[in-house]
Amino acid sequence: MTHDIVLAGVGGQGVLSIAAIIARAAMAEGLAVRQSEVHGMAQRGGAVSAHLRISDAPIRGDLIPSGGADLILSMEPVESLRYVSFLKPDGVIVTAAEPFVNIADYPDLGPIIKAIEGLARSRVVAAAELARKAGSIRAVNMVIVGAASAFIPIAPDRMERSIAELFGAKEASVVEVNLRAFAAGRASAAAGRAAGAE
Amino acid sequence: MGINDVVLLGDEAIALGALHSGLGAAYGYPGTPSTEILEYLIGLYEKGSGPRASWCANEKTAYEEALGASFAGLRALVTMKHVGLNVAADPFVNSALVAIKGGLVLAVADDPGMHSSQDEQDSRFYAEFAMIPCLEPANQREAYEMTREAFDLSERFQVPVMIRITTRLAHSRAGVGVRGARAGNPLGKSTDKAAWTLLPGNARRRYDRLCAIQAELQAWSAASPWNVAEASSRAADFAVITGGLGRNYFEENLGDLGVSGPPSRLHIATYPLPIEKIRRLAAANKRILVIEEGAPFIEKALRGILPSGVEVNGKLDGKLPRTGELNPDNVRAALGLVPRPSARIEVPPLPSRPPQLCQGCPHADSYAAVAKAVEGLPSTLITADIGCYALGALPPFNVPEALVCMGASISMAVGAAEAGYENVVAFIGDSTFLHSGLTPLVDAVSRGAPITIVILDNSITAMTGGQPALLPSGRLEEIARGVGVDVAHVLTIDATRAATDANVAVFKREIAHRGVSVVIARRECLEAIKAKKKKGSAAVEAAKEACE
Ligand code: SF4
Repeated sequence: MTHDIVLAGVGGQGVLSIAAIIARAAMAEGLAVRQSEVHGMAQRGGAVSAHLRISDAPIRGDLIPSGGADLILSMEPVESLRYVSFLKPDGVIVTAAEPFVNIADYPDLGPIIKAIEGLARSRVVAAAELARKAGSIRAVNMVIVGAASAFIPIAPDRMERSIAELFGAKEASVVEVNLRAFAAGRASAAAGRAAGAE
Repeated sequence: MGINDVVLLGDEAIALGALHSGLGAAYGYPGTPSTEILEYLIGLYEKGSGPRASWCANEKTAYEEALGASFAGLRALVTMKHVGLNVAADPFVNSALVAIKGGLVLAVADDPGMHSSQDEQDSRFYAEFAMIPCLEPANQREAYEMTREAFDLSERFQVPVMIRITTRLAHSRAGVGVRGARAGNPLGKSTDKAAWTLLPGNARRRYDRLCAIQAELQAWSAASPWNVAEASSRAADFAVITGGLGRNYFEENLGDLGVSGPPSRLHIATYPLPIEKIRRLAAANKRILVIEEGAPFIEKALRGILPSGVEVNGKLDGKLPRTGELNPDNVRAALGLVPRPSARIEVPPLPSRPPQLCQGCPHADSYAAVAKAVEGLPSTLITADIGCYALGALPPFNVPEALVCMGASISMAVGAAEAGYENVVAFIGDSTFLHSGLTPLVDAVSRGAPITIVILDNSITAMTGGQPALLPSGRLEEIARGVGVDVAHVLTIDATRAATDANVAVFKREIAHRGVSVVIARRECLEAIKAKKKKGSAAVEAAKEACE
């Protein structure tokens, strides 16, 4: 089994923290992991991507080949489309619905969403709203992890444990909010596009 | 994963490898993608669980401090990015001539593709130039193991040893099996004075010695198990040589090489090049494709090593791109494989999203004020330097016209002013100023060059992740005055939007001044404030008010 994930977003959106949670859960399952990150200049509000590779066999490279990714996981709709050439023909895009507008020529959202939905199983998740309902807008990354978990071959309770460990140092309520956000994201992905429609 | 596996960035694997080699001291200057090597060691040092590890004013001082520790008998690590080695080139090249006592390892991270750099120079050329050994890991485990070996080699051959990595390894995590640590060296300086005092007579003898040990280095490289040759049963038409990450991308495509089977291959991880292994591979094959990360270093050498009957493919004949990084796809194409199919959907044209200054960054206010101050002025020329503020060269600011290397903002401004430009402004960050701005300031003052230097003091090295400034904020004024800038032309301003009008007036006045002006534009970086907030510091509120 190998599972290659391209994570996308804008510098500062916490793409690396998402990668870290999934990687942690994968390692707890005894899988090999490679997590390639972007540091330095690109982190300043620019397009960023990270490659996360999970496998039960040794992993050769740090980069995912074109046509090799099982999943594109994005914090933002436009960024989710930047890396489509990496996606396998039957790959999936999971993205937060909310645009991150820090450029003047941010395009019309309609055609962007339509393009994403051109992939049969893709999911556009109302991540900010679900995070707010879960108790904190800051848990938006956990909603995305939750939505992605529906497509990643790692047991969801393993992911939950990884989240609990990560926030373990904080108050119990923080852990709870993040776990609720995870569950909401997972449920919305399982329910199909309904959650992202609004 | 095994019980001793630790998940590490490539950078961190080097740090841990050094630590377990009995490290006595580590120095460096932050620079992407090398920063996390020393950051890891500084974290341990500050907790009291590791040897001295410190950021330095620049790569040259870092190298020399490591050299001093080695002279004193300790094992020393020095870290930098590829262009940093240009700054440290003087001590680096000369240190190959001394009799290294405590192992001295230079870990340098190259940035092909220029993710966060001004060029993509390949440090292997420096290793060859200085005639010292170089090891090139291709994964995190090798980074750990080769760093350990590098310390042994350095003490065995009494020369510094380079570990060369590239961006993708530096910034990728994987599990690494670690082994026990060994004890450090006791303090005890080298007693070989003649080898350490590089007067011409001594240096000549040392250079002869360096030339003489090249055969031993060659023998070491030839026998190194890191250079793996695998013969194939395939017809002897085609072989592959990989270097660094090229091996990973080659193996990624191996399964698709089909009926003809995998070609014979040689992976090269040690320099000087293992010439005999290369010759043996070439003797059995008509064509060799070289897949190496960075410049066509091995490829160029092959053209000198091999008989003319062997066809060499790589970056020089366009089989692989001459610039940028290797990846699984361009390696795939070089192997003659068709692209893998990917998802087919209609993607509308996407806007590019280049990096930009944070919303509310103090640099933005400084650029805005200077842009206003020079509006309508004739004969203007504006330079800038390396750091977040380099992004001011992009829209919406478009202020700097030249930006080349650490410190060049000031020296280029001096040259341009002396050439005849009248209204010349140089932007430089506080850490870049301490790194390489002091010496050109001395030039400027010594000749009274009519330039305005804007030191952007955000009290942090922001671009590389927020290393604290070496000297307390506030020392810059004293430095400028101490060097001899006229007291009336050393000014400090608040880099805030609210102060724009006042700042424009200051800049107008100073730009008109026919001598050196130093304007210190002060406000803390937003990331620094965030970091402090995380630490629960009280200074945050005051700093935040200044931003608004
Ligand atoms: S990190 Fe600091 S210095 Fe860099 S752009 Fe952001 S606020 Fe400005």
